[in-house]
Amino acid sequence: MYPEYMAGSLKAVEATRAKRLELAKSGQPVFTPMTAEERQDVLNKFHPDYAPGALRTVRIGPNKGEELTTEVTEILEAHSMVEPKLMDIHLTKPDYETDLLIIGGGGAGCWAAIEAARNGVKSMIATKLRMGDANTMMSEGGMQAAVAPADSPTRHYLDAIGGGHFENKPELVKILTEDGPEVVRELEKLGVIWDKMDDGSMQVLHGGGTSRKRMVSCRDYIGAIIMRTLMDEVKNHPDMITVREFEPAVELLLDEKGHCCGAVLYSLDTEQFLTVRAKSTIITSGGFGRLHIRGFATTNHYGATGDGLVMAYRAGAKLKFMDSVQYHPTGAVFPEQIAGFLITEKIRGAGGQPVNKNGELFVFPREPRDVSSAAIIRECTERGMGIDTGASRTGIWLDSPIIDMLHGEGYTRHHFPAMVRQFGQFGIDIVKDPMLIFPSLHYQNGGVEIDGQCQTNIPGLFVAGEASGGVHGRNRLMGNSVLDYNVFGRRAGKIASEFSKTSKIGKPNLDHVVRYAKEMSDAGVESDLVAPVILPSYTPEDVKLQQLARLGNTPARHSMLRSRISRGDHK
Amino acid sequence: MKSAKAEAHGQTPAGHEPQPRMVTVLIMGKRHTVPEHATIMRAIEYAGHQIIRGAGCREGFCGACGTIYRLPGDYKIHTGLACTTLVKEGMSLTQVPAVPMEKAIYDLEKLTPDVTTIQQLYPVVFRCVACNTCSKACPQGLKTMDYIQAAMRGDIAMIMDLSFDCVACGLCALRCPAEIVQHKVGILGRRLYGRYLSKHSQHLDDRIDEMHAGKFDAEYATLMSMAKDELSKLYYARDIEA
Ligand SMILES: Cc1cc2nc3c(=O)[nH]c(=O)nc-3n(C[C@H](O)[C@H](O)[C@H](O)COP(=O)(O)OP(=O)(O)OC[C@H]3O[C@@H](n4cnc5c(N)ncnc54)[C@H](O)[C@@H]3O)c2cc1C
Ligand code: FES
Repeated sequence: MYPEYMAGSLKAVEATRAKRLELAKSGQPVFTPMTAEERQDVLNKFHPDYAPGALRTVRIGPNKGEELTTEVTEILEAHSMVEPKLMDIHLTKPDYETDLLIIGGGGAGCWAAIEAARNGVKSMIATKLRMGDANTMMSEGGMQAAVAPADSPTRHYLDAIGGGHFENKPELVKILTEDGPEVVRELEKLGVIWDKMDDGSMQVLHGGGTSRKRMVSCRDYIGAIIMRTLMDEVKNHPDMITVREFEPAVELLLDEKGHCCGAVLYSLDTEQFLTVRAKSTIITSGGFGRLHIRGFATTNHYGATGDGLVMAYRAGAKLKFMDSVQYHPTGAVFPEQIAGFLITEKIRGAGGQPVNKNGELFVFPREPRDVSSAAIIRECTERGMGIDTGASRTGIWLDSPIIDMLHGEGYTRHHFPAMVRQFGQFGIDIVKDPMLIFPSLHYQNGGVEIDGQCQTNIPGLFVAGEASGGVHGRNRLMGNSVLDYNVFGRRAGKIASEFSKTSKIGKPNLDHVVRYAKEMSDAGVESDLVAPVILPSYTPEDVKLQQLARLGNTPARHSMLRSRISRGDHK
Repeated sequence: MKSAKAEAHGQTPAGHEPQPRMVTVLIMGKRHTVPEHATIMRAIEYAGHQIIRGAGCREGFCGACGTIYRLPGDYKIHTGLACTTLVKEGMSLTQVPAVPMEKAIYDLEKLTPDVTTIQQLYPVVFRCVACNTCSKACPQGLKTMDYIQAAMRGDIAMIMDLSFDCVACGLCALRCPAEIVQHKVGILGRRLYGRYLSKHSQHLDDRIDEMHAGKFDAEYATLMSMAKDELSKLYYARDIEA
């Protein structure tokens, strides 16, 4: 239920709806898209990445001297959880041995394991929470794939590279867009249920930055449908794939030649450090929303703390595009309990319109994400056209009732059951009333740099999915990350498992961790932060202080208790 | 200065943020005072716990946070997702860290989308006594029993449709007096539907054939050899489907 004081603004939205509906039906853009100059201007002035303090130079490691997102620099300039000296026995006698270690049981990780099994290679998935407790589970809107006759993979290429401001690695964009149609078919073979037209052809919709309708979907549960399908398939191969849940990786292991040969896991259940020796390793640990960059609320799952970046960086891997963060234009801001929750872009794809407190359009609904987010922030700040939520947040309306008017009654309920349910719990019927939105911290655009083989600069170390950097440049388009983890998860699984067949690894060591600590102290970096962060802490500050008193007898530098990552919302 | 129009709409909340009202809840039997508008998940964290088992997506998709609770003066056992259910005065709650059960192992390629598959993989389904406890336990409000009944008839399309929004929290399976694993039957039904019953897309096949025939190779080569400014020109000039 919206509070009384919003009634006037809601009326204003209703009052302009008929006009806006007419516009939408006209086939013309409902608002003039920005030119390249206008885009740059709004980004410079309003995108959080451009704000003072958003970036900080990292003083150590492979990207030394580069400006990265401040919160990323903080977790890179942090201490390890493990004391290498104490790990000796476990390095000589590893707790686990496997041909292929996969760090992270989300979409990319599951695909890698499935492909490795198909290639006759045994693997182990070590994951932080349960399998599928991952950003993959949460995607709602859809996946881009150039399947429609009016579309082509090369158009997809142009859209993706334009969305990424022409900085994406072309080789990766080609692979991404070329594999799209095949991924659709492969997923269907595994039992994914695509939205289709009556004649069986794939239903396609627009997303931000698409020049053709290209978004394929599974109602608004694409993530849940794909993730559960992949998990189910992984669990159908217990002889080939070992799954270790609640055992996140915290450091990589290298051998004498500097090749990656496994990782140290930390059991959240027993607080033990466990070593895995592996012939090759793939990081599929996803993104970093739970770092609450610049205090933003996030759409991400509980375990999205950028651990892969930290581990890989300490071992010497280069990062790419880690100075840019994706804020999703349409995060919920009201009610407070769901602040930060994602409202799928498909709502705009289906005709939903962002409007200000007077019910006026102020931005083309399908600008790329960074541009949309910046425009919404401008509307709420400089222009003062936002709606106050009463909990120190401001937002603008996302007009959803217009969707049924465009597509017929019942469309919203059928196509957006998750959204209808989420708001319904708080007495807001999105078929009748709009939603209040504000940008939410959503996606790690960059990551560990990979080439077309998903390889990093460390032999034996592969990365796929949100943890990787290069394919999206500094701005990922909607639908391209679901495609990303499918395309590159499969690819990494094939290539790394092939690599495992011939790779010879030596004795694992943690010397790089010792070296990194020395580099840190030589550079005069002081930090009380331990990374990877593993889980954010949402305990109230006063309680946390009392907990810290216990540190003396907790296991080595237990990161969660010391976590300073609790800004932003407390959801 | 605010415009007269904005004033008329009264678009600012009256007064300041009120201090949150507090309620008392019992978390695993222990009394805590937590904000009235907190979800169960936030209440547990407010009380000082670091949740390890019992939180995943935090937005109602993953089913990690299944919770059972009772309310004062009410004999019923209620179920909910901790991340989306609000606390109530006197609520006595516990999260369910894991739901023990066995998943059937199968090769999807060797199955048929009908009742024989259900009989083979989840014969327990036929113990259903139609008590509807599973549907009542479902935090998503699904018609769980109806899809179990559909499974008994081999109606795979119905299983798919009714279980589509399942978050696999497993609360149905824990409450079921017949010990059925509803959510596992759901995923089986959905996979069978996607693999065998979904209509075939000719366009998709055509596109994949075109790709294999190298239809776009030349265009890719051109695009990839273009300088940034050329590419940029092409990008901003591209036509956009309505
Ligand atoms: C709410 C939401 C909606 C989205 N909607 C869309 C959409 O409509 N379209 C689209 O294209 N994209 C969407 N995305 C983005 C997309 O879903 C993700 O980028 C993608 O799923 C990432 O897949 P992944 O496999 O790389 O990572 P994830 O799926 O996040 O998996 C990473 C896994 O690694 C685990 N992990 C983390 N750290 C460690 C560690 N140290 N050790 C071991 N395991 C670890 C995590 O717990 C997790 O299980 C959405 C994202 C969110 C959050
Ligand atoms: S935490 Fe995922 S459903 Fe509640």
